Amino acid sequence: MNHYFETSGLSVGYNGKTLIRDICVGIEKGKILTLIGPNGAGKSTILKSVTKQLALIHGTVSIASKDISEWSPKEMARQVAVVLTDRIRPELMTSEEVVAMGRYPYTNMFGKLTPKDTEAVRDALARVHATELAGQDFGTLSDGQRQRVLLARAICQEPGVLVLDEPTAYLDIRHKVELLDILRDLAQNRGTTIILSLHEIDLAMKISDYLMCVKGDTIAAFGTPEEVLGGGGIAVFRPAGRAAESSGPAGCAAASSGPAGCAAESFGPAGVGNMIVAPGAPFETPDRNAIERLYDMESGSCNLLFGSIELAKPLGRPRAFVVAGCGYGIACYRLLQKKNIPFATGILFPNDVDYQVAAALSDHVVCTPPFEEMSQAQFDDAAQILLACDFVVDAGTPVGTLNKYNGKLLGLARERGIAVYSGSELRKGL
Amino acid sequence: MTRKTQTTDHSGTSTGVGSAGRFSSGVGSAGRFSAVMAGISALLVLSLILNVNIGSVHIAAGDVLAMTWNGIRYGLADLVTGGRYAEQLNAVVNGSTQSQILFSIRMPRMLLAAVLGGALAVSGYLLQVFFRNPIAGPFVLGISSGAKMVVGITLIFLAGRIGNLSPLTLIFAAFLGSLLITAVVLVFSQKVRNMSMLLVVGIMVGYLCSAVTDFCITFANDHDVVNLTNWSMGTFSGANWDHVKTAALICFPGVIAAFLIAKPLAAYALGEGYAQSMGVRVKSFRVLMILLSSLLSACVTALAGPISFVGIAVPHITRTVLKSSKPSFVIPASFLCGGVFCVFCDLIARTLFSPVELAIGTVTSVFGAPVVIYMMVARRRMQED
Repeated sequence: MNHYFETSGLSVGYNGKTLIRDICVGIEKGKILTLIGPNGAGKSTILKSVTKQLALIHGTVSIASKDISEWSPKEMARQVAVVLTDRIRPELMTSEEVVAMGRYPYTNMFGKLTPKDTEAVRDALARVHATELAGQDFGTLSDGQRQRVLLARAICQEPGVLVLDEPTAYLDIRHKVELLDILRDLAQNRGTTIILSLHEIDLAMKISDYLMCVKGDTIAAFGTPEEVLGGGGIAVFRPAGRAAESSGPAGCAAASSGPAGCAAESFGPAGVGNMIVAPGAPFETPDRNAIERLYDMESGSCNLLFGSIELAKPLGRPRAFVVAGCGYGIACYRLLQKKNIPFATGILFPNDVDYQVAAALSDHVVCTPPFEEMSQAQFDDAAQILLACDFVVDAGTPVGTLNKYNGKLLGLARERGIAVYSGSELRKGL
Repeated sequence: MTRKTQTTDHSGTSTGVGSAGRFSSGVGSAGRFSAVMAGISALLVLSLILNVNIGSVHIAAGDVLAMTWNGIRYGLADLVTGGRYAEQLNAVVNGSTQSQILFSIRMPRMLLAAVLGGALAVSGYLLQVFFRNPIAGPFVLGISSGAKMVVGITLIFLAGRIGNLSPLTLIFAAFLGSLLITAVVLVFSQKVRNMSMLLVVGIMVGYLCSAVTDFCITFANDHDVVNLTNWSMGTFSGANWDHVKTAALICFPGVIAAFLIAKPLAAYALGEGYAQSMGVRVKSFRVLMILLSSLLSACVTALAGPISFVGIAVPHITRTVLKSSKPSFVIPASFLCGGVFCVFCDLIARTLFSPVELAIGTVTSVFGAPVVIYMMVARRRMQED
């Protein structure tokens, strides 16, 4: 048990009413734990409880193997520092003075700063790249600057554990990234254990050593980002049976064709109906809709691979067929989504970037095993759907040997008198 | 890391240029503090001299100084030797009409004004920091309404039964009323999590007390109503040395205590959440704050009636002049500044329409309200730029 921060049997809530129960997690020194979960799930409640702002209802929180309930406020302040969501407006205080407040647990009863304290303030400001803000009135700072100064305040409290409640709220993308970089640096170079809550799942996966999903009255999941969210990995080919795992390169399995039981829903994110998959392509599926479940998303989706979010897909019989690939299709898909036109697309390799967006937005995705030439079987499937559509969109993907059937699809459309639009024609309006 | 040093934000540098030189701002504000303290002290001396000098009976400045000097000399000697200089002291104090006016009317009055004004300012400052609300004042927690309620009940219902009311009874009544309300607010302060809720509780309790007062007035005779109205306008007239002693005994320890809690008070500027995370015992600190500021304003209310606006305006003036809101600077400076403000206002109150005396609240409001408006607007503009 070398957990630096640990909770056991922890129940938290307000006024004696339990909101979340049985929180048992532990992380090592210098690691970053991120709480994710929907609004109102109780992330702040947990953070307030481990910082003693709220009384614990049950269980214990320990830091460095000591129960925090036994600490005096001063000892606690030397161990745990916070960055809160409170919007503070101190009047006539410079950033430096705000940061220097972090020395509170170390100064004498008049709050006199020793040279060592001044040094700590200077160091903390430098660490958040805010040295030049020192003399500036805190009230005149931008949100990004404020957050950095407040972080510096917490840093110069020299805590073992740093707790931040939604530190990236109100920040633009650059300041988000900068803030998280600073946290990473603190964890790695100062050994500060960091506990924070975030709404940005994509960033959470990238900064955290551990993720805690808060949902309902309990912790939905706890572990490394890979354990909790399946790492967001791409669908990978694996030999059909686990037993055959060692037999040869992964790609081979696809060749051994045969109507293997490849359930469509085991392939893409949930909600991608009618996925047409090459027969005999067993995919190992990471838990790719963990986010949709955690946040009860009824429409739209979150791509864990890229952390990108797609809006709700248009529902109904496909009216358009997009011949795509190589990233050319994405703009067309999103355009159709904006116009709320249900569409089908193909023929795509699953390792094509278009595939990631198509899976989220398209009603039908015709796809084919990667690293193989497309086959007549997929062409037939695609042609059948295409012929039932009102029009076809040529995304502009170059046609080569591996995707020659896509060229044939466009030819077929023209032959049968179905209108074929380019991406730019689609943008101008039909 | 070297790359990172460049990724700093430049969007706000227009207001705070310079980097290295700015870092030692602590020294600058300390220097400013000394200068401001010296300035206010000089003003205080000036206002005290003017105050004893001016009035319906003119006393020459030289005489004032001489009499004051002798008074202090013999007073101290009397105190040290245990009464051996009583005769000389008596000769100085009661020797002439002028010395009587000086020692038994003007001097206690202005000293009372100075001490109570300072106490009001500190009381107001404490509450402004505590509630992080710039218009919180000593009476925002309903203290003056509570005092008025008990004074009203005393005047209207008890006066008939116990015969003539001494001024001392009213002082006790006002003090009792203030502490009663303080107790109510304290009880709520332990239940309410949110600070602004506490402010609302204070204001509502104030309304409740006003309602009770109005109810009493309905059944009162005109004479009592006039007395109550006079009381609630506030005045320093009728001040005597006993009042000064009482005020000093309560206010000086109170202000010193406020100065001693300057450190946690400074932490409160960042809000209760941060204060708690830095090691402030929030619950007991709440009690201490409310008790302290209530005690100061209760003392004022009891001795001079409710005096509006000093508690709001003076801390604002002080902070703006100091260009700092560091409690260890603002508390002593506010105390002096409040003293100066009240002594000047009292001077105006008793001389402007002499022999008619204005209520002190009239003068403080006339000067205080525009100051507060101006400063709030100016500061808001400064922050938005």
